[in-house]
Amino acid sequence: MRSFLLSIFAFIGLSFTLAAQEHHSEEGHHEEMQASHHESEGHDGCSCHHEEEYNPSGVAFHHIADANAFHIFGDLYIPLPCILYAPEEGLSVFMSSAFEFGHHGDGKKAVDGYVLHEGVVMRVADSSFPKEAVAIECFTSREAEKDGKAVEIYQVVYEGQCYDLDKKSSFDGGILGGGISSYYDFSVTKNVFTMLLTVILLFFVFTGVAKAYRTRAGQAPKGMQSVMEPVFLFIRDEVAIPFLGHKYERYLPFLMSVFFFILGLNLIGQIPFFPGSGNVTGNLAVTSVLAIFTFLVTNLSGNKHYWEHTLWMPGVPAWIKIILTPVEIMGLFIKPITLMLRLFANITAGHIVIIIFVSLIFIFGDAGESVPGSVAGGVIAVPLTMFMMAIELLVAFIQAFVFCILSASYISAAIEDAHH
Amino acid sequence: MESILFLADFSVIRPEPGLMVWTLVIFAIFWFLMAKFAFKPIQQALKTREQDIQDALDQAKKAREEIEGVQAKNEQILMEAREERSKILKEAKDAKDAIISEAKEQAKAEAEKIVERAKQDIENQRMASIIDMKNQIGNFALEIAQKILQKEMEGDKNHEAFVKSQIENIKLN
Repeated sequence: MRSFLLSIFAFIGLSFTLAAQEHHSEEGHHEEMQASHHESEGHDGCSCHHEEEYNPSGVAFHHIADANAFHIFGDLYIPLPCILYAPEEGLSVFMSSAFEFGHHGDGKKAVDGYVLHEGVVMRVADSSFPKEAVAIECFTSREAEKDGKAVEIYQVVYEGQCYDLDKKSSFDGGILGGGISSYYDFSVTKNVFTMLLTVILLFFVFTGVAKAYRTRAGQAPKGMQSVMEPVFLFIRDEVAIPFLGHKYERYLPFLMSVFFFILGLNLIGQIPFFPGSGNVTGNLAVTSVLAIFTFLVTNLSGNKHYWEHTLWMPGVPAWIKIILTPVEIMGLFIKPITLMLRLFANITAGHIVIIIFVSLIFIFGDAGESVPGSVAGGVIAVPLTMFMMAIELLVAFIQAFVFCILSASYISAAIEDAHH
Repeated sequence: MESILFLADFSVIRPEPGLMVWTLVIFAIFWFLMAKFAFKPIQQALKTREQDIQDALDQAKKAREEIEGVQAKNEQILMEAREERSKILKEAKDAKDAIISEAKEQAKAEAEKIVERAKQDIENQRMASIIDMKNQIGNFALEIAQKILQKEMEGDKNHEAFVKSQIENIKLN
């Protein structure tokens, strides 16, 4: 039995390795041809050059990133609606299939001054770039200096000319390589799509369960009902009631929504293919919004006792209060920020580790040059990946639970009655 | 260089307004709908069921207590019945003893009476036989005396008259 399992395991690992190897070597070959083709043309220093080396961190970042098209396999993408807003140009709405998906999620066309690079919409910063749909050649990048730091700027090559590309606007104020750029992306991205899918799935599952309680009233739970009931009771009896006491019912829907929303997204993100693979809870935008919800629920339900203890702690000398009050006010914001970072970091780290383990196949195989190297990499990568996926499954539950229990504890501090 | 590339490409750490707005909208709707159509009804159903279970347990406890009460009552009744029985038995025994002793006494009295009567009879008989014997003895004595007198007084009429007077005297006695 054991040897049988081992042989199956080895077979899966080997075929996985060889498939990946073949896929990559094909790509390498294709890129090489493309590269030589463009280099031969030579447009005043602006040419399409491609990285020949396998770059695991680049692959990892590409895979965990949000995208404007859902990658299935090879060059097959599911188009998603693009809703783009550039203050100087106005709104552009179209399906991302208008970009004509090419290799690695690079669009073959530019639409309304937007291009698709590695599955992500980018805007051509140059106003001289044509606004109608035009065929583009390829993408490249240049190094530049920005605020004393070296940054890489992506470029699109169109008619032998290089045009700088803008990244979508983000709220990090430039400290994380982003900032407000020339456009905003309100598209239904891969993450939004995954979120909608998960939410709809959860809604149908739970309304089904709720219906079962209605139609089977007075009977023992059955099917989905008996799957969800222990989880529901766990959150209610181990999180809501211990922290919130007799007021728990008011906050139960919020805690349940947070828990199942995060859990659903964590689990669907574990599936390595469509409709999974979306790294939703590993995106700071998502976790920050969830943290904002907790912040709002906590502080909007804060009672007199809570605000008194936050703003002007009773029973301590005045000079301590002067120190304490700023710390407490900072604490109001630090609490949700830790929530946001914890969930984001855990899920993103898990995804990166899995991608890096799979990358071992390419690293050992010299990016498709050496078959024995790839096999050796696969032998190491497959058990490691399986192990990591098992851990990630655990993390999916733990992080959803931690977010939920900490939200409950913050709310409990805000609604606690004065009793001392 | 590599580390800067790292940062430049690490897009998930940049909170994009689009994704934030979508998350806000989706989560708010999710929260509202789930609360209304799933979590509240489920919580209500679970609470009702827990209440039902608690009620059933309470009822079972009450029923058990009631049964225990009934059992105690039964026990009491049984004990009372047992006491009653022993009392009745004792009374019966006493009555029996009384009857027996009474019967004995009666029998004794009767026997005494019979004996008394027998004694009376015997006494009567004895008296009768004594009288009879006296008469007979008297007769014998008379006869004998007659004979003697006859023999002696075959010639003496005075004697005869004297004897006759004497006999009459005896009769009068």
